[in-house]
Amino acid sequence: MLTKPRLARAADDAALVRVIEHGISGTEMPGAHSMSERDIRQTAAYVRTLGRVAIKPVPGNAARGAELYRTKGGCAGCHDAGFTAPALQGVGSRRSAVYLREALLTPESAVPDGYLLVTAVPRSGGNVTGVRVNEDSFSIQVRDASGKVHSYWKSELAELRKQRGVSPMPSYRGTFSEDELTDVVAYLASLKDSE
Amino acid sequence: MRLLLFLTPVLLAQVNVPYERILNADAEPGSWLTYSRNYSGQRYSPLDQIHTGNVSKLRVAWMNQANETETVQASPIVADGVMFITKPPNIVEALDAKTGRVLWTYRREIGNDFRGCCGRVNRGVAILGDTVYYGSIDAHLVALNANTGAVRWDVVMADPKVGFSGTGAPLVVKDKVIAGIAGGEFGVRGFIDAYDAKTGKRAWRFYTIPDKGEPGAETWAGESYKTGAATTWVTGVYDPETDTLLWGTGNPGPDWNGDGRKGDNLYSSSLVALDPSTGKLKWHFQYTPHDVNDWDSTQTPILADGVVGGQKRKLVVLANRNGFYYSIDRVSGKFVAGRPFVKQTWASGLDESGRPMRLPNTTPTEAGVLLYPSLGGGSNWYASTFSPQTGLYYVNAKEEGAYYIKGAAEFKAGSFFNGGGQRPNKAEQPWGAVRALDVVTGEMKWEYRLHVPSHAGLMTTAGGLVFGSNGTSFFALDASKGDLLWRFEAGGGIVANPITYKVDGKQYVAISARHVLLVFGVE
Repeated sequence: MLTKPRLARAADDAALVRVIEHGISGTEMPGAHSMSERDIRQTAAYVRTLGRVAIKPVPGNAARGAELYRTKGGCAGCHDAGFTAPALQGVGSRRSAVYLREALLTPESAVPDGYLLVTAVPRSGGNVTGVRVNEDSFSIQVRDASGKVHSYWKSELAELRKQRGVSPMPSYRGTFSEDELTDVVAYLASLKDSE
Repeated sequence: MRLLLFLTPVLLAQVNVPYERILNADAEPGSWLTYSRNYSGQRYSPLDQIHTGNVSKLRVAWMNQANETETVQASPIVADGVMFITKPPNIVEALDAKTGRVLWTYRREIGNDFRGCCGRVNRGVAILGDTVYYGSIDAHLVALNANTGAVRWDVVMADPKVGFSGTGAPLVVKDKVIAGIAGGEFGVRGFIDAYDAKTGKRAWRFYTIPDKGEPGAETWAGESYKTGAATTWVTGVYDPETDTLLWGTGNPGPDWNGDGRKGDNLYSSSLVALDPSTGKLKWHFQYTPHDVNDWDSTQTPILADGVVGGQKRKLVVLANRNGFYYSIDRVSGKFVAGRPFVKQTWASGLDESGRPMRLPNTTPTEAGVLLYPSLGGGSNWYASTFSPQTGLYYVNAKEEGAYYIKGAAEFKAGSFFNGGGQRPNKAEQPWGAVRALDVVTGEMKWEYRLHVPSHAGLMTTAGGLVFGSNGTSFFALDASKGDLLWRFEAGGGIVANPITYKVDGKQYVAISARHVLLVFGVE
């Protein structure tokens, strides 16, 4: 769902057609290579109509949500450092309130690309759990919660556990009351891209 | 499994380089924390695991490719196991220094208004704390989170539409990021900037051409100072002992037609000594007064100490593009000694103050006048090096003459403002050499001849080595005698400076060839 009428990457219709056709490199959005030129033009026109729908205000108290984000939720520790969790600047421009609520309740439903949780156990002892930064057949780089990157040759590892479908983020079901959840969603929805 | 570990993170990032680490770079020889490794500009590494006895066993450990065929010219930074490089067209990348695997990539769009004289080149980043600083080809200064690549701030240095671009690596001094600017072929007015490292707010700007009424303004005829160039496109050095920033300046504009800018044209083709806190000029030394040969003096100068007349002197030395080697007292800015380090035919020598005595009939003409060196110079932006171990200064020297041509020069913002050019001298084949010079006098001790001139930098190490390049070859010489000890065919032109570093106890040497970064280690 589009949450704003002005598109940062598509100032005009020609740019919007290009975005739909080629996707946005470096993001999750793929190019629509199977669509015909006509399909793409029609999709672009549809996207423009979405921007004309009045934006429904998100309920809740954003200021109180911001406070919960920093205190009870402990969200800032990971998201503001940006090491093991994505930075949330502008998340309100990209994600709907419904999505944000779901992500808070069932984080595993919303693990973004590039945040696979892994545990590396070197033969020399100890182990490191963190987010996979990069991996190939021979080596893996893991960023722990402190931001430190650990680089291992796979031949040095006794074990490498990949926790697909697991999010390092805890569910806030039961942690936040229904009102608190609404406030945190209101806060996140208020984080718009600067224009 | 839920990770409680993630709920109480310790904010101890992977990469963190406070100023004190850069200031004391020699205490951690395994790192390469600033453009020339430390502030001296010597590009000498105390690492000695790779040495004259085992350099023949050097093999490729890993490579990193750019997706563009343009040449990678970056001198990497290595800190805390992470290497930071820049790539064409406008990319900063963090690599795991051990495996070469990518940790993050920052890509920046280039607007249609980008000009640039000489390709989308970049010579690297600077680091302070957990922030990496990048002077982009579209003349922004960008601060990136060193651990994630996220943008912390992004400020406009100058307008790319009129020809400004960022190509040099910034230099961090204390809490400031010092950055030069390119665009000397577009009639811009050059400057050196300092920005607050935390906020990106500009702390000072030193214009390399004085404004009307300021000292030095009288060295520019009429309004010519407004389009006098004197850009600052290669990283300077910092002398902590005297708290002085030393930075080279480029050619005056228009390059080959000086008719409209009569006078010495301060501070073009000079070395300027600035207070890094305020940007105030302490002294200057002009290598080529009223330059009409495009002999930028932007090469990184080198701080070295030498014995002159039985006394130890603090020197700043440089083998200049104009063909002369200079040693200057870095406290007073006074000339100490100098002599040609390549064939030169434009001056009868240097006078007592170090000013070249230009010979008659050596200014460019419409028909062309044959002079040595060519406009590429006796050397150029690529690094020279000084080894405290041998006491020698090493330069990549170019032996080439050319016909200098004077043409019309009409200023139009954003267009080339050159006033001529050069025509090759087909009667002779240009060649090059790595030359070892006495650091005080510039007297040559040995040379290693190169079939064609090289456009790449040099590095010395405590392993008794000089690393250099020629065309597509990367090689190591014995620093004391100049014997070739090892070479590698890289298959792509090398136009970059080498570096060396250590990670997990192993020493590596890195150089870029065309669009590939190559990293070598001993098996």
